[in-house]
Amino acid sequence: MRFKGFNPSLKKISKVKTGKLTVQNLVKIYGTVRAVDDISFSIQSGICFGLLGPNGAGKTTTIEMIEGITAPTSGNILYNGAPRNRDFWEQIGVQFQSTELLAFLTVRESIETFKHLYRNQVNLDQLIRLCSLEDIQHRENRKISGGQKQRLMLAIALANDPDLIFLDEPTTGLDPQSRRHLWDIVNDIKKRGKTIVLTTHYMDEAQILCDEIIIVDQGKIIAQGPPDELITQQCVGQIIRLPYDHFSKKVRQLFDSDQRFTWCMDSTNKHVLIQTQAINDCIEILLQHQTDLSRLTIRPHNLEDLFLQLTGKALRK
Amino acid sequence: MYRFWSIFIARNKEYYRDRASFGWNIVFPFLIIFGFALLFQKGGQQPYKVAVLISNDNEIHSMIQKQVCAHALFTCIPYSDKTLAIDKLNHHKLDIVIKNSPLPLNYWINTSSPKGVLSEGLLTRGCTPKKELNQRLIRQTIESNPIYYIEWLFPGIICMGMMFSALFGVGYSIVRYRQNGVLKRLKATPLTSFEFLCAQIVSRLLMIVTTNTILFTGCSFLLGFQCKGSYIHLLIFFSMGTISVISLGLIVAARIQTEELANGLLNLITWPMMFLSEVWFSIEGAPEWIHNVACCLPLSHVTHGLRRILNDGAHLSELSIEMLYLSLMTFVFLSVGSYMFKWTRDS
Repeated sequence: MRFKGFNPSLKKISKVKTGKLTVQNLVKIYGTVRAVDDISFSIQSGICFGLLGPNGAGKTTTIEMIEGITAPTSGNILYNGAPRNRDFWEQIGVQFQSTELLAFLTVRESIETFKHLYRNQVNLDQLIRLCSLEDIQHRENRKISGGQKQRLMLAIALANDPDLIFLDEPTTGLDPQSRRHLWDIVNDIKKRGKTIVLTTHYMDEAQILCDEIIIVDQGKIIAQGPPDELITQQCVGQIIRLPYDHFSKKVRQLFDSDQRFTWCMDSTNKHVLIQTQAINDCIEILLQHQTDLSRLTIRPHNLEDLFLQLTGKALRK
Repeated sequence: MYRFWSIFIARNKEYYRDRASFGWNIVFPFLIIFGFALLFQKGGQQPYKVAVLISNDNEIHSMIQKQVCAHALFTCIPYSDKTLAIDKLNHHKLDIVIKNSPLPLNYWINTSSPKGVLSEGLLTRGCTPKKELNQRLIRQTIESNPIYYIEWLFPGIICMGMMFSALFGVGYSIVRYRQNGVLKRLKATPLTSFEFLCAQIVSRLLMIVTTNTILFTGCSFLLGFQCKGSYIHLLIFFSMGTISVISLGLIVAARIQTEELANGLLNLITWPMMFLSEVWFSIEGAPEWIHNVACCLPLSHVTHGLRRILNDGAHLSELSIEMLYLSLMTFVFLSVGSYMFKWTRDS
């Protein structure tokens, strides 16, 4: 899905400047594939920074190069303005997309084990409370659910009271209730002034949690800035959603010939999405042509619309 | 140190809470030792099986009873079907078949069977008049306390159990951790590979020493095994050997990404090592190159040293060559394993 009228020159809002974490000309090549292709960005202290992109865009490779899991082919990564040293791992917390823990340890023992790997250690009971693990703290890791495991992984990521926290698709595979629970915890961490780097392919999650985002596709940054500003700059007007059956051929021809309206089908191919700033005129035209408006909805643009405009790809594959 | 300690404690908990695996590590060597004790203790089953061909109602001839069946190393089994007996001889289920008749004795052997040839020797010796033998042979017996086969075998079985536990216990679990991402998660912490590997080695060493102490104590009480040397020396030497074999396991675990490949490689190491390290039988008289290969295997030195302490009461100072070999191997294995070690799977 891609609306007409997208202007790629508007996509970059912020320029690379030194912050908590700075990435300069980062490249990762696997064989003949450039998984990450010369990307640069900077993350200011105390914000939640979103790294968005479709599957295989290079999000995880980028984040793992920053975490030191994967070696970059070229480029620089600066932490607090200087190259990373051993102390970097003392100051970061990481939650990977999918990792296992020692199966026969309890939840509490797992956090304790990781806590003791750091010089700086948080209060264990407070951490367990923060991540809502009180009820399962004495349960073995092999016996906890997916949502509980994600909360445990988050608790482990916070075991050293890190300044910089990496969350790689922390809510993938969780039910809506568990997702919201995790968002609450992330918001709580944000309030404590921590810097969070979040990768996700849930746009609603990014819109709610992130102060600034970059959208990556095919290893390159295709948009960068605060989500609301990016949406305002990229997506003009509102979205009118109408069942395709109610969208007559005559109206379609009118809209095609009128510069004020652009339209496309939604991902289900059952509804038409009309983008316009002239809401009143649009509705008037629809009424003039006896269009049934009983199932019409009007909404502002969101991050998903922006993402689809930029990448032209469906997100939830 | 606190990071090493944290991983060491976690690994120990992981091990002893896996009750099935923990129990099996103790029970399995017990079963093997008890099985072999039954087979090879004095008064147990004789090693050579002789089929005596009889007619339906016949009894075994008195001369055969006296010369063959009474022999300490023969078990006589009456057979009325000659074809069946010959077939079993052909398949190495019997060592020799004899006809139930007085002298001259008729017998059949399978010349491809070493046990068959040995049985023949024993049989012909038993049938030769003692006077004639004494003219040709002078028999002398050793004056020291004889070592029963089971006493010779016991250190070998302990070493074999240690080898499997050390190689599979460390090698396999590290590969599993790499496969399921545990190592990747640990890499994103200040933990160094040296600290991680040391914690694995010490944890596994503690487990192996504990289970073998239980095994040794149990066998001492139940089967009367004794250590003729010092228990402290036994512990020190066994620990050195165990560290060396665990370090060998670390080389296998350093980079391998799948449990299937780890399993294959570990089997490739364990089986030749088990046979060449004289766990089950001596390689005395084998070609020189086999001795040279055996010398490069840590288990050969552990088995040899352990037998010297347990059976001969050797002092650690008498095992300086073995200890030197083991230390050198540990150093090389650990250096190579640490250098090659990878936390994550290839992308």
